[in-house]
Amino acid sequence: MKIVHIAATAVLSLCLAGIAQAGQTFEAVKKRGFVQCGVSTNLPGFAFTDGKGEWQGIDVDTCRAIAAAMFGDAKKFKVVPLTTQARFTALQSGEVDVLTRNTTQTMSRDTTLGLIGVGVNFYDSQGIMVTKDANVTSAKNLAGATICVLPGTTTELNLTDWFRGLKMSFKPVLLDTVDEIKRAFASGRCDGITMDKSQLALARINYGNADKYVILPEALSKEPLGPMVRQGDEAWFNVVRWSLNALLEAEEYNLTSKNVDEVVKSNTAPHIQRILGTTPGMGKGLGLDDKWAYNIIKQVGNYGEIFDRSLGAASPMKLDRGLNALYNKGGLMYGWPIR
Amino acid sequence: MTSPQRVRLRLSWQHPEFRAILYQIIVVGLVALAAWYLISNTLHNLAMRNIATGFGFLDREAGFAIGESVIAYSPSDTYRRAILVGIVNTLRVSVIGLVFATILGVVIGIARLSSNWLVSRLASCYVEFIRNVPLLLQLLIWYAIVVELLPGTRSALHPLPGVYMSNRGLLIPSIEGPSVLAVAIALGLALLASALIARGQRVAQRTTGKQYRFWPWLAGLCLALPLAGWMLTGQEMHVEVPHRTGFNFEGGWALSPELFALLVGLITYTAGFIAEIVRAGIQAVDRGQWEAAQSLSLPRGRVLRLVILPQALRVIVPPTTSQYLNLIKNSSLAVAIGYPDLVAVVNTTLNQTGQAIEGILIIMGAYMTVSLAVSLLMNWYNKRIALVER
Repeated sequence: MKIVHIAATAVLSLCLAGIAQAGQTFEAVKKRGFVQCGVSTNLPGFAFTDGKGEWQGIDVDTCRAIAAAMFGDAKKFKVVPLTTQARFTALQSGEVDVLTRNTTQTMSRDTTLGLIGVGVNFYDSQGIMVTKDANVTSAKNLAGATICVLPGTTTELNLTDWFRGLKMSFKPVLLDTVDEIKRAFASGRCDGITMDKSQLALARINYGNADKYVILPEALSKEPLGPMVRQGDEAWFNVVRWSLNALLEAEEYNLTSKNVDEVVKSNTAPHIQRILGTTPGMGKGLGLDDKWAYNIIKQVGNYGEIFDRSLGAASPMKLDRGLNALYNKGGLMYGWPIR
Repeated sequence: MTSPQRVRLRLSWQHPEFRAILYQIIVVGLVALAAWYLISNTLHNLAMRNIATGFGFLDREAGFAIGESVIAYSPSDTYRRAILVGIVNTLRVSVIGLVFATILGVVIGIARLSSNWLVSRLASCYVEFIRNVPLLLQLLIWYAIVVELLPGTRSALHPLPGVYMSNRGLLIPSIEGPSVLAVAIALGLALLASALIARGQRVAQRTTGKQYRFWPWLAGLCLALPLAGWMLTGQEMHVEVPHRTGFNFEGGWALSPELFALLVGLITYTAGFIAEIVRAGIQAVDRGQWEAAQSLSLPRGRVLRLVILPQALRVIVPPTTSQYLNLIKNSSLAVAIGYPDLVAVVNTTLNQTGQAIEGILIIMGAYMTVSLAVSLLMNWYNKRIALVER
């Protein structure tokens, strides 16, 4: 039995050596040569495939930014589309290196899953959409309503909390995909649907007759959406966090994918030179090339550019920047100083 | 040890029995080792990744609402309660589904053997169509039919007084009050007693040859017992008619579109398979049995009931058991059309708590328990009807 025991222990430790990646994600990604990001299966504006079959959206571009920082090439990434149910397991098990998947950062997710939120790439809030002929002007007079909702997200809990707080009854109908929910709502199976407001805005456009639907003004929740990584690898955490900040810093200093080459040649402001790597030293601590932020801006763009093409003026959604405007333009987006 | 051929067990490789036992010990040991390795490895990895484990979460507040439930539930209840709601919802679909799928399956199976060309063709078409379209698609079609074709609540169909049909489901008046339970129990008792009496009458008929009347007993019991129940519990019963309030209807008994679509889908699908099994079972009985029974001038219906089906059942029951198990497991497709069954509830739970392994274990345990119970019951029934060789 002793021999069996020793053999089993040996096998066990060998296997663990293969799986255990605590503190080694950074090395693993570097060795593999591309980043694997978990994204939504199909969420217009965040992660979706365009007419050419290319993945687009704000979450995919966040992934591109990480790839550009890591390898100097924004194409060195692979997306793994994940359902809400599978997303955390996929990150925990190492199937993906980072989750850029429209995921709300909450305390319980930071403290019980072995994962950690890195930052925010979109500030959202949950809303309820009803039909115009329901004659409802506020989410406070929805007592007894039937609401369609996606299962297994914070959305479901916020909805329940909202009605519980007002001591009103309601009936949830849980449908597994956004398309099913839209269909059920269009046919009148539910009085309202609830999602993050960015999604509601898109759903409203997709129906074709946007005037028929009203997004009620109340915000049911705060939804800071952002990337998550596994706990225990600060080097990798830093790459993701500072890639996000580089996007915001770039927008604040008007560095765009179009002008960044000009700026590198002409601008002598020290903070700009630090970001763009003309003054060396910033990349070293990250374990990356000094040109890491330049590569992000050149190949992906700054946060404003990403927002515009995914969700803003240049997209069918035409969302206002709102909370996602820079701090000096009345929003919450505030890039930490790269120095 | 008693038979003269048998050699005493010796601990040597030359001894076949010793070898056989040793091999079995080794195999069991390897299986146990593999299980131990997998479990300890999983636990180790979860601990390394700071992922909380254990079933402690079951006692935390669930905080999510469930669309429909047989038992009382509110969002302030625990996860344990929520999962129980899911299990009860799954059982509800399974039980209703099994009963009706069996009835429909037998009817269609017999229809396929009908001498009427049209009836048998129609039954064949039904079986071929139902068996060859994926169940998930059928469920989505049924759900779409209910939700898309029926009008909204404001213009609900109103075929009978107190009955409303809309894409929110079917509403019928319900009977409320403290006496309801007593009456229902009394009715159940009456049916049970009738069954026992019928059995007694059959035994008596075998011994004396006399035929006894059964229906006066049935009618008498089914009237008298519930009446007694109603009298004893204070005669409190009233009909509650659904009425519109704000967004929805209040009162009455509701059948939601999700439950309806799931039931109809599962029943029609499983019935197609059961029909084939019934047909095969009946055709497995030798032609001579028909002819022999008909030569006793028994009418066709009685031949089927008294001679053919009892023999066919031996062929029918085992494969039907698998179909029953399939129906129970297929009910987990409810997730797709929003009926809050066990899988749907546990999915939500494991999303909120992140305890994926525990959640999946609960699902597996629940389905295993239900399926094994059905298996045991059917195997017992199968033994009972097995050919008694004299």
